[in-house]
Amino acid sequence: MTSTTTSSPRLTPVQLDALGAEMDAIRQRVLADLGEADADYIHGVVRLQRRLEVAGRALFYLPPAWPLAVAALSVSKILDNMEIGHNVMHGQYDWMGEPGLSSRMYEWDNVCPSEQWRYSHNYIHHTFTNVLGKDRDIGYGILRMDEDQPWHPYYLGNPVYAFLLMVFFEWGVAMHDLEVENIVAGRRSLADNKALHAGIMRKVRRQALKDYVLFPALTGPFFPLTLAGNATANLVRNVWAFNIIFCGHFPAGVATFSEGECEDESRGHWYYRQLLGSANIDGGSLFHLMTGNLSFQVEHHLFPDLPARRYPEISGEVREICERYGLPYNTGPLGKQLLSVARKICRLALPDRRREQPSQAAEQPAAA
Amino acid sequence: MGVLSAVLQSRAAAALASPHSVDRFLEQVNPLWAAHEVRGRVVDVRRETTGVHPVSTLTVQPTSTWRGHRAGQHVQVGVDLPGARRATRCFSVSSAASGPGERFTLTVRAHDDGDERTSLSRHLATAATPGTLLHLSQAGGEFTMHATPATPSPHPVLLISGGSGITPVMSMLRTLLRDGYDGRAGRPVTFLHYARSAAEQIYAEELAAIARFDNHVDVRVVHTGAGGQRFGPAALARLVPGFRDTDTWACGPTGLVQAVQAAYDGSERLRVEHFKAPASPLGAEEAEGETSFARSGLGAANTGETLLAQAEALGLRPQTGCRMGICFSCTTRKTSGTVRDVVTGEESARPDEDVRICVSAPVGSCTVDL
Repeated sequence: MTSTTTSSPRLTPVQLDALGAEMDAIRQRVLADLGEADADYIHGVVRLQRRLEVAGRALFYLPPAWPLAVAALSVSKILDNMEIGHNVMHGQYDWMGEPGLSSRMYEWDNVCPSEQWRYSHNYIHHTFTNVLGKDRDIGYGILRMDEDQPWHPYYLGNPVYAFLLMVFFEWGVAMHDLEVENIVAGRRSLADNKALHAGIMRKVRRQALKDYVLFPALTGPFFPLTLAGNATANLVRNVWAFNIIFCGHFPAGVATFSEGECEDESRGHWYYRQLLGSANIDGGSLFHLMTGNLSFQVEHHLFPDLPARRYPEISGEVREICERYGLPYNTGPLGKQLLSVARKICRLALPDRRREQPSQAAEQPAAA
Repeated sequence: MGVLSAVLQSRAAAALASPHSVDRFLEQVNPLWAAHEVRGRVVDVRRETTGVHPVSTLTVQPTSTWRGHRAGQHVQVGVDLPGARRATRCFSVSSAASGPGERFTLTVRAHDDGDERTSLSRHLATAATPGTLLHLSQAGGEFTMHATPATPSPHPVLLISGGSGITPVMSMLRTLLRDGYDGRAGRPVTFLHYARSAAEQIYAEELAAIARFDNHVDVRVVHTGAGGQRFGPAALARLVPGFRDTDTWACGPTGLVQAVQAAYDGSERLRVEHFKAPASPLGAEEAEGETSFARSGLGAANTGETLLAQAEALGLRPQTGCRMGICFSCTTRKTSGTVRDVVTGEESARPDEDVRICVSAPVGSCTVDL
């Protein structure tokens, strides 16, 4: 939606500068306070993930414990990809100087090579968040997630594509960099992708070898059970990650921006755009851990390189700043945000009913 | 660990642990278990000197992955400093050549590299205790005595060192003596060391003992702060006639190493090691242009110092390691401009080139991805 022009409050350049200064102050304060507690936290999460992975792999030797094995392995993969992988690759722990937690070196349990993900996610998505035509996370090049993406009969399949993207999410993330939609449109050539293929294939081979050949083979007669269990764990991770991530930018009330609005933008406008372009999910601390604290998507987008465990503690301040500037702070329970995303996916499958009218504030920002 | 370590190092184990390394699992059980990485635990600490820059010798029990070291080699040492920040620096091994998995010693002088809180050498020299965990590399460096350990050289040997540069040559001397060198082979050893004062002289007792024994090792320690004469070719020629044709290993501060190099006049018998990279190959007056750091958007007039020093002067904290061009931790993409290697003097103007910022100083305008 181009709701920035209608429903979202516009700030003057002076207000934007003041907003930027307040946000920078939060960032500086947290940066100055980083230390043992943050290191202990991430070491603890890594320890938990390693234990769950080992436990999950081992429990496949006890067929009655199959559901437990799948649960342990699923949680392990979710932690690896989200609270550890996503956040480490953002450089949140680079200040520690520990190679195992370095954004340049970390490789996650996912078919998308971390190097390619860092480019498409850290650079493209986080720099051009919700800028239509720039941020390729809007619909991942497959879906119509915004009124300003012109409708085409292809988008009648929007809900089907979304379902498939959810099930095969890690593959979708890996294919993301190949920009298939730009190849179809003739804006990119297959040759441009050559350099990326080797990296993806290496990751695909490694995951397939580990999850679908070696570990099943090690359990001998339980080969099919272990194979099915590993596939289920990958599926669970895909479904979970897709849902959390789609709740981050696509619930009703989240703003998108045009390229023109963001030309030569100030630091304050960048913060403003991150604020309006993201949405949080309410929940308890276990839930936040399982989302990699992406349930604090707003704070994450404001401060992508601060350790994610800091988002809960600064969220109160961010919310208070939003109130003072009259900006919406989009948050809601998981069910509500998911429903909102699902409705948008379905609604945008169809051509716009009131294309000619300026899109009025049909979508109220979710209650703050 | 024989069979077990072979299993842990196998490709099958790597495939099972993928995308993480086997070590990421082993370290969860015991930090001294490793299949590929090298770590070590401090098992003994000996204070060598006190004062403003105290020196300590740490005895390190490495993991079984340690492949040993040749006398004169160095090792990267990473330590988690207070505040959960790991710093890494290079230190020469000071004990005699070690074999796989064998203990070795590091002798560390407390320098203030960075502010006090982040000074790794100060932390190691003053705060390390038995139990401190060290993240190590394998030993590296070509400043070594080759040939067999027992007969490192068939010729007379001259070892010259200054200050902390004593550690690698001390390792050589200790290796010679440990491996049965007794002087009867007709290849006398001259050990020439420059220290500021007797109080700052490390290994003083050991050197005195070596000097006393009948072993054809001639130990000369010069205290420059107490009126001792600084290094000069004439004095060296009196001590070792024909020194330019004598196998020589020299290690110390840049000034000493450069003086030794000048005295040897290009002789291939001389091998040197700086223990600190020269700060700047250019005088401040020669430096020109602008140094730009693309990612942070910062920039300033080129001071002629290394890219690392210029980045840090602007408040950037790039990843670093040895700070002397050895470990490649600080490797960064240079997008444009010419840099000069402050150790070798080589210049390179290739665009989009990865450079070690700790030993690269810009010659004119330069842009790096920091």
